Amino acid sequence: MATATAVDVHAHDDHHDHDHEQSFVSKYIFSTDHKTIAKQFLITGIFWAIIGAAMSVIFRLQLGFPDADLSWLQPVLGKWIDAQGKLDPSFYLALVTMHGTIMVFFVLTAGLSGTFSNFLIPLQIGARDMASGFMNMLSFWFFFVSGAIMFVSLFLETGPASGGWVVYPPLSALPQAMDGSGAGMTLWLVAMVFFIASQLLGGINYITTIINMRTKGMSFSRLPLTIWAFFLTAVIGLLSFPVLFAAALLLVFDRSFGTSFYLSEIYIGGEALPNVGGSPILYQHLFWFLGHPEVYIVLLPALGITSEIIATNSRKPIFGYKAMIISMMGITFLSFIVWAHHMFVSGLNPFLGSIFMFLTLIIAIPSAVKVFNYLTTLWRGNIVFTPAMLFSIGLVSVFISGGITGIFLGNSAIDIQLHDTYFVVAHFHLVMGAASAFGLLAGVYHWFPKMFGRMLDSRLGYIHFWLTFIGIYSVFFPMHYIGIAGFPRRYYSFTNFDAFSGFTDLNMFISAAAIFTFLGQFIFLFNFFYSIYRGRKATENPWRSTTLEWTTPINPGHGNWPGEIPTVYRWPYDYSKPGAAEDFILQTVPFSETMESNLPHENDLIALEKEEADEIVVDESKAH
Amino acid sequence: MFGFYIALAVFLVVAILLLIFRISRLINVVKGKGEETTRSTNNTNAILMIVFMVGFFGLSAWYSWAHFDAYDPPVASDHGVLTDKLFWRTMWITGIVFFITNVLLFVFAYKYRFDKNRKALFYPHNNKLEYLWTGVPAIVLTWLVISGWMAWDGIMSEAPEDAEQIEIMGYQFAWSLRYGGMDNQVGDYDYRLIDAVNNHGQDFSDRAGFDDFQYRDLVIPKGKPVLLKIRARDVLHSVYMPHMRLKMDAVPGMPTQFWFVANKTTAEMRVEEGNPDFNYELACTEICGEGHFSMKKTVTVLEPEEYEKWKAEQKAWLSKNPEYMSQVPDNLKELAVVTAGINE
Repeated sequence: MATATAVDVHAHDDHHDHDHEQSFVSKYIFSTDHKTIAKQFLITGIFWAIIGAAMSVIFRLQLGFPDADLSWLQPVLGKWIDAQGKLDPSFYLALVTMHGTIMVFFVLTAGLSGTFSNFLIPLQIGARDMASGFMNMLSFWFFFVSGAIMFVSLFLETGPASGGWVVYPPLSALPQAMDGSGAGMTLWLVAMVFFIASQLLGGINYITTIINMRTKGMSFSRLPLTIWAFFLTAVIGLLSFPVLFAAALLLVFDRSFGTSFYLSEIYIGGEALPNVGGSPILYQHLFWFLGHPEVYIVLLPALGITSEIIATNSRKPIFGYKAMIISMMGITFLSFIVWAHHMFVSGLNPFLGSIFMFLTLIIAIPSAVKVFNYLTTLWRGNIVFTPAMLFSIGLVSVFISGGITGIFLGNSAIDIQLHDTYFVVAHFHLVMGAASAFGLLAGVYHWFPKMFGRMLDSRLGYIHFWLTFIGIYSVFFPMHYIGIAGFPRRYYSFTNFDAFSGFTDLNMFISAAAIFTFLGQFIFLFNFFYSIYRGRKATENPWRSTTLEWTTPINPGHGNWPGEIPTVYRWPYDYSKPGAAEDFILQTVPFSETMESNLPHENDLIALEKEEADEIVVDESKAH
Repeated sequence: MFGFYIALAVFLVVAILLLIFRISRLINVVKGKGEETTRSTNNTNAILMIVFMVGFFGLSAWYSWAHFDAYDPPVASDHGVLTDKLFWRTMWITGIVFFITNVLLFVFAYKYRFDKNRKALFYPHNNKLEYLWTGVPAIVLTWLVISGWMAWDGIMSEAPEDAEQIEIMGYQFAWSLRYGGMDNQVGDYDYRLIDAVNNHGQDFSDRAGFDDFQYRDLVIPKGKPVLLKIRARDVLHSVYMPHMRLKMDAVPGMPTQFWFVANKTTAEMRVEEGNPDFNYELACTEICGEGHFSMKKTVTVLEPEEYEKWKAEQKAWLSKNPEYMSQVPDNLKELAVVTAGINE
């Protein structure tokens, strides 16, 4: 026993010295501490979320109030608002494109995965830091550079990229096709290359850390579902982002070096281009080979976070832990073989369409399993509505509402009519946009105390949730009607068509709701920045949770645990165990200390615990 | 000046809100945030769940019912009737799932709200339940997949031999139409031959093209298969006829196609809709640049005999632009003169 204490003190001292040597730059800017990097990702993500959401408000103004005079936006948008106070149609497309790019990549990929994978992986598996702190730091700074380049592109004379976030060639390959395909597109591609590098550096780290650096006793079957989600997300990213890189690289070649990967038989601007033999469809295959898994890259972490929060705040084990893991694995696997459902009417061979319809609809099964498991977790729980819990429940609702419309779109015959209409916009904004954003917000509310040592104000959190929840549904639910009516997306105005001339009232309503929802987020922003400095002081385990991060000090330093890393003895969901005094048992509590609540098979594990404990002592004596 | 007042007003409102926040916070600190307040906010949130559910379902049910005709566009093609049927079948199934799961979610949230006298049920898993809710969705989805396959196979099958052939070409930012003429064959093209007049780049060494004609609108017969041969000249476009439930991308360098049978004439639809100005429309649904939203073509569906009459009245493109006779190979010139009707 004495030996063990001595070791503790030493370990502590080492880290202590470390902390003091750090300069401001190495502590807050080029930090290799996963917690600081997570906060960097989070705050950068919030910055981009504000820009991305503000863009959507501007194009919603155009869609909801097409006759409005927007000259008051001139100080911000300059020449993109013309003398009559109208938004420039090509800048409208630029806004749509940038909104998509920013939200999908910078906010929901980097802001969500970057924040919580970095923050939670070492804390929840019991590691001092990521496998490579340096690579982790690079990951953030590549992301930062990517963002800086994208930001610069917003101020170009010809505007940023504007061919939609999918940037399909030939439109994106030919500067003569639209202004945004000039320098704006070049910067978009450069930014994406940096972004992909950032994702790969991050992903390799997440995977390595989870596989190699789990603390004693933290077997894969004792990992919290968050970690499973981050792990699978990283695997998806690692396998699919390189394909986007290839797609972007070939596009760079087509744009700048005269190759014809995507270009063929084009007559534009009064001349026939020499390119023959390329195929725009090839780009779509490559793009969606990332693009579809990307949906799960943003969604899985949100689902993982939600699983954790719902279990904690229902004071119940997550229902079907193994089924949850298996369905996430199923989703991971299937996410790679459904991409062509984005291409049913692209000129794809119809036979392939049938195959992809089949594979796509299979993905509804693991998704349904997850929903049913969430519902059963709530059933007969003892639910505490923290703001995080509210956002998690909201996530389940929007995930259901947005998920079932996927069954329409995944059916190629039905997709003929619905493809590229507002039905699609409604679908993916609910199931991917809103669900992931809710996951992100839930995560911030839940782990804020661990990040900053203070609590967010819960009443502002409630107001924020209800405004956002009502707002999100008010924006995206009505879009289904507009989509069923056949309105195409990415339209600057609908007045040219009789078929699309209706629903001006509903469009106005959606725009008003979007503005309302956008303004509601400022409550969160205020709460966030205010509470960092002035929030109520957090306790060690404010949500009475079972996972390892709550065994660290209130403000964990570099290295996370001052002494030895705790050993794990049980799964992370021992909530409300019959017989137990408290309604939660930390993962670090051995079964030998909870005889009153052990299940029969757990009593058998006590002997093993003893062996493990002996092993530890042996290891340490060797080390000395 | 007006702007200044608005800014001032916004500033004041924000300042007041911040003050309220500060004060309520201080009051909370003074009172000590006891268990009582936690329980009451917990109950408020639980009740709001039910309020939200009732409001949400109430509003969406009302809108779905009251505005059905507004968002359900009339259908005018044979395959469209079929895909609509699939759509509404899927709507019923998913609608029920949507309703049940959302109701359970909100009701559970309400019913099992925190109560310090109760303990949650430790219920970590039940394999039977997992099998049940893996199996049932699998069966329902199998049914949807199979009915989808059958419809998709029919729609995407080879066009019938006698289908009217019409070439539709998208370019920034309009559509251009070329009809097969009397032989019902659209002639070859080569994008290198495109110029200001020969906008389709028609290749005059192909005899099938001599009688081809262009017309500003898409005119099609009712009850007869029509094969759209779709191409794009510059960037991607997508042919979309909402009433025909038809959509297919136009891809530069890779011709695509879509065949269908219209089953209501424009005149019939005007009566049905009670709108004498009704016209079928064709739009672009693949982002193609600044004018994406303005690529409109009017579509006219005629009775077959009206259509034949209209078709017979059209003059071949070559006869309207005889200077392109020079591109016709010598051995075909005589044929071209006859088929294009240049003598008349």
